[in-house]
Amino acid sequence: MQAFETHTGLAAPFPVENIDTDVIIPMGPLMMTPRARLGEKAFLPLRFREDGSDNPDFVLNRPEFRGASILIAGRNFGCGSSREGAVHALQGMGLRVIVAPTFGDIFYGNCIKNGVLPVQLDDTEHARLMQVAIDANGGAEFGADLPRQVLTLPDGTEIPFDIDPGHKSRLLAGLDEIGITETYKDAIAAWQAADRKAHPWIWAIEGSA
Amino acid sequence: MSNGTLFGKLWNRHLILTNPEGLDLIHVDRSLLTDLSGTVGLEEMEEDGRKVANPALHAAMPDHVIPTGREDTPQQAKLRERFVRNLDRLSVQQGIRHFGRGSGRQGIVHVVGLEQGFTLPGATLVCGDSHTSTHGAVGALAWGIGSTEVKHVLATQTLWMKRPKTARVWLDGSLKRGVFSKDLILWLIGELGADFGREHAVEFAGPAIDALSIEARASLCNLGVEMGARFALIAPDEKTFAYHRGRPYVPDGELWESALEDWRTLHSDVTAIFDKEVRLDVSDVTPQITWGVSPEHVTGRGGAVPAEGAESGALDYMGLCAGQSLIGLPVDYVFIGSCANSRIEDLRIAADIVRGQQVAGGVTAWVVPGSEAVKQLAEAEGLADIFIAAGFEWREPGCSMCNAVNGDLVAPGKRAVSTSNRNFVGRQGPNARTHLASPATAALCALAGEIRIAEPEAAICPAG
Ligand code: SF4
Repeated sequence: MQAFETHTGLAAPFPVENIDTDVIIPMGPLMMTPRARLGEKAFLPLRFREDGSDNPDFVLNRPEFRGASILIAGRNFGCGSSREGAVHALQGMGLRVIVAPTFGDIFYGNCIKNGVLPVQLDDTEHARLMQVAIDANGGAEFGADLPRQVLTLPDGTEIPFDIDPGHKSRLLAGLDEIGITETYKDAIAAWQAADRKAHPWIWAIEGSA
Repeated sequence: MSNGTLFGKLWNRHLILTNPEGLDLIHVDRSLLTDLSGTVGLEEMEEDGRKVANPALHAAMPDHVIPTGREDTPQQAKLRERFVRNLDRLSVQQGIRHFGRGSGRQGIVHVVGLEQGFTLPGATLVCGDSHTSTHGAVGALAWGIGSTEVKHVLATQTLWMKRPKTARVWLDGSLKRGVFSKDLILWLIGELGADFGREHAVEFAGPAIDALSIEARASLCNLGVEMGARFALIAPDEKTFAYHRGRPYVPDGELWESALEDWRTLHSDVTAIFDKEVRLDVSDVTPQITWGVSPEHVTGRGGAVPAEGAESGALDYMGLCAGQSLIGLPVDYVFIGSCANSRIEDLRIAADIVRGQQVAGGVTAWVVPGSEAVKQLAEAEGLADIFIAAGFEWREPGCSMCNAVNGDLVAPGKRAVSTSNRNFVGRQGPNARTHLASPATAALCALAGEIRIAEPEAAICPAG
């Protein structure tokens, strides 16, 4: 998996609430598209008009924001379906950092597992960042520094953010989780042996077809 | 620390260790594999040449992609080849039980897990599908995961998790006749918002929950995730145990007795401390229907769209104006199905309303039973005949028009009343307009050919 440490780039303001993963990547295109090309289908329902042409109203279609790599999103971003392709699609269109007041829980976890930094800010800080991104209009760079847990505005002002230490270390290391877990295989085996005794009805299924 | 909550007890029971960064390694007792995330997870295992750690703790079945009609279109045949066949092939290869079409056990994972007794009180259960919260209805600790996590569970039978906070939604009072658990949960989402449960495990409790049947609780927990709760949970009670007894994967004899003794301890203590708690009275809840593109865009006030505060994008998409009433809007599709409402009780409720009547002209009305077991039972009870005589299409089990990736979809710009759980933009097909409601409301709308909502007093079925 891709590690995340620091990043600078353009920030696109996208102040819409409850953007669900069906909007980020509809299931039909997700199933028919190889992972490497999912970025072409990200935000499909918002990005294109019915005739297939670009929808000029969608923020990431506007020339100022074409190369944006930081998305300032609205409340409950990534709610809905568990599809991990939503994160792959955002990555595929070049997004590395998503900032929102709140995220869908499963989407948040999927970001961590794929090296995309999800930054949760309280409403006031979020509103301020949103305003700065709107005013900058794609003309200035924003920064994200995970080790120091700060976002940097174009004028150099820093906005600190919180992140769970476990999530932080996974993002920084970018390691394969299965490999990490396998180093604990004795502990897992011991737990299972004890649980077979404590809760044998859970394990009775091993004997059935 | 469990703080005496049911969630805490179940979490601690499955905690293998906590790493230095504070992530918990949790044991997974059961996993369900769908023909989407399950297939992908198994394919990745194959690519890496990995063996599944504990094959007996998984069950695989096609639901999302498998077509529900009689014949495949070329597109459906292609999807079947890639997703449905591969799930079967890789399950067999890894020694995982697979419930294929015709096995008598195939169906939507969240219907099958419960009805087969694969889901047990007190067990952890995961699936690469967000509606895994459904299984909390019987006191399982169940949550939806992404496909990287599916692979992790296949390889290690564990997951790294950050311990969520706990919340309790305590519901007093009792539902009126003609108001169902689907109405209750839609109302709750409207009251509390689509992100109320974010970062929390939400326990539903109180007299109004006690009164619900297990299947009604399943519908409620199913939509728990639509209020942001990755974990929805209801303490198991005697109803739960009566529901479980004798199901195929539930142990019997001495094991049943010791399980029962343990399951009776699975509830939050009276002294339990939750991070967040709300208490509401459900006595005045009316039948609910959504007007917008999030489940929190819901109305119980006689179908009225809010006059103020409605997001204009949502209204445009739905072809509605602020302040208007939904009542009387022509309906093109009615879909009774999905893991929210495709169980036998749902079909009984809908069939009672439909009996002896006709679907209105111009309405495409489908009933898609949640599993082969539900389908067989509904046929034996004569429910299928009622639907078919009324002009409904009676289809094979699967997710069908809930997710529209299997070729079953609502045509662009058309209006659907659906018993599913998501009214997102494009969810039921590009530009499809979805109104979520209970099976009773969906049945009424099919007969009327327009949106109707029953007055609770006038309803014919007991709350369930
Ligand atoms: S019925 Fe719908 S919500 Fe349920 S598992 Fe299938 S696609 Fe998901």
